[in-house]
Amino acid sequence: MILKYVTKKEWFIAALCVLAVVVNVYLELEIPDYMTQITTIISTGGEVHEVLTEGFWMLLCAFGSLIATVICAVMASYVATSLSKRLRKLEFDKVQSFSMEEMDRFSIPSLVTRSTNDITQIQMTMAMGLQVMIKAPIMAAWAISKIYSKNIEWTTATAIAIFSLMCIIACVMVFVIPKFKRIQWLTDNLNRVTRENITGIRVIRAYNAEQYQDDRFEHANKELTDTNLSTQRAMSFMMPGMSAILNGLSLSIYWIGAILIAGASDMTQQFVLFADMVVFSSYAMQVVMSFIMLVVIFMILPRASVASKRVQEVIDTEPSIVSGDMKEDTGTTGKVVFKDVSFRYPGASADTLSNISFEVTKGETLALIGATGSGKSTLINLIPRLYDVTGGTVEVDGVNVRDYDLNTLRNKVGYVSQKAFMFAGSIGSNVNYGSTSTERTEQDVERAISIAQAKEFVDKLEDRYQSDVAQGGTNLSGGQKQRLSIARAICKSPEIYIFDDTFSALDYKTDRILREELHRQIEGATCIIVAQRVGTIMNADRIIVLDEGKMVGIGKHDELLHNCPTYLDIVRSQMSDEEAGL
Amino acid sequence: MSPPQRRRGMNGRRGPPIGDTNVKNFRKAWSSLLKYMGTYRKWFLLALVLAFVSTVISLIGPDLLSEMTDIIEDGIFSGKVDMDAIFRIGILLASLYVISMVMMMVQNFILATVTQRTASRLRTDISRKVNRMPLGYFDRTTTGDMLSRVTNDVDTIGQSLNQSISTLITVIATLVGSVAMMFYTNHIMAIAAILTSIIGFVFMALIMSRSQKYFSRQQADLGRMNGLVEEIYTGYVTVRTYSGESEAKTRFDEINESLRNSGFRSQFLGGLAMPLMGFVGNLGYVVVCVVGATLYLNGTIGFGVIVAFMMYVRFFTQSLSQISQAVIVMQSVAAASERVFELLDEKELENENDKTQTLIDVKGKVEFRDVHFGYLPDKEVIHGFSATVLPGQKVAIVGPTGAGKTTMVNLLMRFYETNSGDILIDDVSTKDITRENVHNLFCMVLQDTWLFEGTLRENLVYSKEGVSDERLDEVCEAVGLKKFVDSLPERYDTVFNDNAAISVGQRQQITIARAMVENAPLLILDEATSSVDTRTEKDIQAAMDRLTEGRTSFVIAHRLSTIRNADLILVMKEGNIIEQGSHDELMELGGFYSELYNSQFTDCNDDA
Repeated sequence: MILKYVTKKEWFIAALCVLAVVVNVYLELEIPDYMTQITTIISTGGEVHEVLTEGFWMLLCAFGSLIATVICAVMASYVATSLSKRLRKLEFDKVQSFSMEEMDRFSIPSLVTRSTNDITQIQMTMAMGLQVMIKAPIMAAWAISKIYSKNIEWTTATAIAIFSLMCIIACVMVFVIPKFKRIQWLTDNLNRVTRENITGIRVIRAYNAEQYQDDRFEHANKELTDTNLSTQRAMSFMMPGMSAILNGLSLSIYWIGAILIAGASDMTQQFVLFADMVVFSSYAMQVVMSFIMLVVIFMILPRASVASKRVQEVIDTEPSIVSGDMKEDTGTTGKVVFKDVSFRYPGASADTLSNISFEVTKGETLALIGATGSGKSTLINLIPRLYDVTGGTVEVDGVNVRDYDLNTLRNKVGYVSQKAFMFAGSIGSNVNYGSTSTERTEQDVERAISIAQAKEFVDKLEDRYQSDVAQGGTNLSGGQKQRLSIARAICKSPEIYIFDDTFSALDYKTDRILREELHRQIEGATCIIVAQRVGTIMNADRIIVLDEGKMVGIGKHDELLHNCPTYLDIVRSQMSDEEAGL
Repeated sequence: MSPPQRRRGMNGRRGPPIGDTNVKNFRKAWSSLLKYMGTYRKWFLLALVLAFVSTVISLIGPDLLSEMTDIIEDGIFSGKVDMDAIFRIGILLASLYVISMVMMMVQNFILATVTQRTASRLRTDISRKVNRMPLGYFDRTTTGDMLSRVTNDVDTIGQSLNQSISTLITVIATLVGSVAMMFYTNHIMAIAAILTSIIGFVFMALIMSRSQKYFSRQQADLGRMNGLVEEIYTGYVTVRTYSGESEAKTRFDEINESLRNSGFRSQFLGGLAMPLMGFVGNLGYVVVCVVGATLYLNGTIGFGVIVAFMMYVRFFTQSLSQISQAVIVMQSVAAASERVFELLDEKELENENDKTQTLIDVKGKVEFRDVHFGYLPDKEVIHGFSATVLPGQKVAIVGPTGAGKTTMVNLLMRFYETNSGDILIDDVSTKDITRENVHNLFCMVLQDTWLFEGTLRENLVYSKEGVSDERLDEVCEAVGLKKFVDSLPERYDTVFNDNAAISVGQRQQITIARAMVENAPLLILDEATSSVDTRTEKDIQAAMDRLTEGRTSFVIAHRLSTIRNADLILVMKEGNIIEQGSHDELMELGGFYSELYNSQFTDCNDDA
C-alpha cells in the first residue's frame, strides 16, 4: 500500500493527530453533560448565574474542541501534503529513469494523470481521512459508551437507527459504488469519441459520415446517461432516508421518554429521566451524524484506492535500462560499432532487427535507408541506449554502451528526432539545452542557430534569442521547430550526430543548404542519418539498406546501385536513371 | 476587420472565473437553460415545489417536538402526563416525517432524471452541432476548448443542476422559515440566536476570505505542475538524449515545494470551515440556553421553547453556511451553460434542402473560374485562380509551405465557400449541388492520418455499406497492407485503440485504403504519402495509378518525384498560381519549379 511511503515523523504526527481527535471528541461529548447540568438547573429552579457558569464552561469546551480540530487540521494537512509531495517526487524521478519501453507501456497521457490528478486525489483523501475517518468511529464508539448504560429502551431505539443506517450504507456500497468506477470509464469513452469527431472533422465531411459518427456518439452517450441515471436515482433515496432515520430517532427518544416519565414513581426520578432524555437525544444525534460522515468516506475511498494503485504501479516499475558507471575518456572519439545486433520489442513475436553488424569511425557519414517498418529508427535508438539490444553488442568509442554512465554516453551524441520537440521557454533555452548547457556561450548558440538555417527567422523576432517559445512550440511552424531542434544538437557539439529522418520536414532548398553548411561546420564529427529521400544521402560515405530488420546492402551509392536490388528499387522510385548516375 | 465570431482565449479551457459571471449573464444563462429543458420544465417545477413543501414540513417538526416536551414537563409538575396528547403529536410528527421523506425522494428522483436527460440531450445536440458548423469555426478554436464544452461543462451542468436550485430553494425556505418560527416562538430568543450566529459568521468569513488567496495559488501551482509534467513526459526522447533529467528535476522540485506549501495552506484553511461552523453552532446553542434559562426562570417561556430553539439554531446556522455554497454552484452552472449555449448558438452551414440538382456519374471535368478566397474576410489568399482540368487528368499542386495548396482542396471539397468566382464539375457549379453531393464525388486522403477506436474493418469500410471481405483483401493488397493485416490476431476485426502499435506509415496506408474502398470518381491526395517510405509509396502509387485511370485526380506532395508524371502541374506561391504546365514544360521554363526541383539532387558533397 501507499502508506509505506509515510515517514516515521509523519506517523508520529498522524498519531498526534489521532490524539487531537480524541481530545476533540472528548470535549465535544462533554458539551451535552453541561447541557444536562443546565437542564437540571433550569428545571429545578436554579439561578441564572448558575446557568451562566455552566454555559461558560460549555463554551470553553466548544472552544477547546475547536482548537483541537484546528491542530488536527494542521497536522492532517501537513502529513497529506508532505506525503503527496514525496509521492510526486518519487514518481517523477522514476519516470525520468524510464526507457522508451516503459514510456510506451504506460503511455504518456496515463503517466501524466498518474503524476498529477491521482496524487491530488490521494492528498485530499488523506487529509480528509485523518480528520473525518478517525473521528467518526471514535465519536460513534464513545457516544455509544456514554449512553449505553443510561436506559435500555433508548439504547434499543438508537441501535435500530444505527442498524437501518448500516443497511443504507451497505446498499450504497454494493450497488452504487461499483457503478462510479464504470462512470469514469464511460466518461473517458465519450471524451474519446468526441475528440475523434473533432480531429477527424474533414475526413468525416469528406466521407459524408456525419450520421455514422452521430450513431457512435449516441451509443457512448446512452451508455453514460443510463449508468448516471441509475446511480443518481439510487442516491436520491439515500439522503432523505438518512434524515428520516435521524428525525425518527429523536421523535422516538422523546416519545419513549414521555412513556417512561409517565410511568416513573416520584418527581425526582421524573426530573432525572427528563434531563437524561435531552442529553440522550443529543448523544444519539452525534452517533448518527458520525455514521453519515462515514458514508461520505466510503464514497471517496474507492477512487483514492484506484489512484494509489495506479501511482504505486509506476513507482514499483523497475526501469529496464540501468546506467553503468563508466565516465572516463576512452581515448577514441566518434566511433560506433554494431556487432551482430538483434532487437525485439517486448511482447513482439519477431525480431525488429536481426544480425546487424557495421562500424563507423570519426568523421564518417553513415546513412540508413529502407521501407517503413524496416527498423531504421529502432536501430539508431540503440546508440544512445533508448532501448537495449536483445542480442549482440553496441559499442561507442570502443566501450559497450551498457557500461557507460548514461549521461556520459548521451553527451557524446547529438540526437535529432523525427518530430521536433520544443520546451516552454525561450529560443535560447531550447537551443542550449541539457546537462552541458552551462558550458556553452552565447556565441555557441548563435553559431548553432546560423548553421541550422534558423538565423533568418530568429532575427526577425522581436526579442531574437530571448523570444518566448510556447509549450510544445505551438507558436512556431513545423519547419522552424525542426531547424531549432537541429540547432540544439549542433550547439552541444557532440562526437556523433544522429538525424532521424530530420530533413524531410524541410523543403528541398533549405534541406540542401542546411546539409551543405552542416558538412562544412561539423567536420570531424560522425554523422548517422536516417532518410527517405535518396537525394539526402547519396553522397554519404556508407549507406546501409534495411529491409524488414535485416541489412540487405552496405556500401557507397554507386556500389549499391549495382549490387543491391532493394536500393535500386528505392532509387528508381525517386529519380530518373541519369539523375541517379546509372 | 475581425472574424465573424468571437475568438476564445486560452483560458476558455477552464471556464471563466466565477467572479466574471455578472448578474445579466447569470440570468440569461439560467433562462436559456430553463428554456432548453422544454417538456422537462414542468417536472423541474414540480420538484421545486416538493422541495419547498418538504422543507416547510421539516420546520414544523421542532415546533411539535417542543410541544411534546412541554406536555411532558407539565405532566411532571401536575403529576399526570397527558399520554393521549403525546400519542397524537407523535403520530402527527411521524406521518409528517414520512411524508417529507417521500416528497424528498420523489423530488430527488425527478431532479436526477431531468438533469441527466438534459445533460444527455445537450451532449447529443453539441455533437450534431459539430457536424453542421463551418470548418472555419474549428480553425479558430482549439480541440481542447471544444472538448471541454462537451465534457467538463456538460458534466458541471449534469452534476450541479439538480443540487443547485433545489439546495437554494431548501436553504432559503429553511432560512426564512427558521427565522419566522423563531420569532413566532419567542422574539427575544430569536434576536439573541440570530445575532450570535451572524457575529460568528462574520468572524468565519474573515478567516475564510484569507484562504481564497491560497486556493488560487494552489490552482496556479497545480497548473504549473501539470504543464511541466506534460512537457517533460511528452518530450522524454529529447530529455533523455540531452541528459536534461537533472534540469527537469530541479524545475520539478521548485514547483513541487511551492505546491506543497500552497496545498498545505489551502487544505488546512479549507478544512477549517466545518469546525468553525460547528463552533458557531455551539455558540448559538449556549446563548439559546442562557437566554432561555433566564426567560424560563422568569416564567416567560416553557422548557419546550428551549428544545425547539436548539433545533432552529442548528437549521439557521446550517442554511446560512449552505447559502453561499449554493450560490457558487449556481454560478458555475451558469458559467457552464453560457459556454455550452454559446456553442449551440454558433452560425451553422447554410441549409441546402432546396437544392434539387444532383451529379452522379461525372466524367470528371473540373474548372476553376476566377476564384477568390480568404480565410478571413480582409485577408485574401487566393487571388483570382483559373484553370481547366480535363476528365482523367492528373493534377499536381506544388509549392512551398503556406502557398495555399491545401486551400485549393478545401475549396474543391466546399469545406469553405469562395469569396467570388466559381468551381465547376462537369460544367455544373458546385454551389448548385449539395455539399453532400460534392463530397460523394471525391475520395480524399489527407495529410493527417485519422483513425478512430474500433476494428480495422470499421476504419476501412467506414460509412460505406456492403463492402465484402474480398474487396478489403484486394484493397489491402494494393496498398501493401496485406502482410500487416495477416499479422493481426483477428485480422479485420482487430480493435485499434490508443495502445495499438501502428506506425505512421501504416496509418497512412489504412487511410489510403479507406479512400480506395470509397471508390469515388474524383480523387484528392493531400501529402498522402509523406510518411510512407518511397518504396511503399511506389507500391501505393501503382495502386493509385490503377485507381486514377480515367479519374480526375488532384495530388499535393512535397516529393516531386511522385508528381513528375502529372498531366498538369500547378506551381503555387503566396496564394497565386505562378506557373502552370507539364514537368518538361516547366523545367524548360527554368522558373520557380525548376529551381525547386533541382535542389533535390544537388548534394552538399558537391561543394566539398
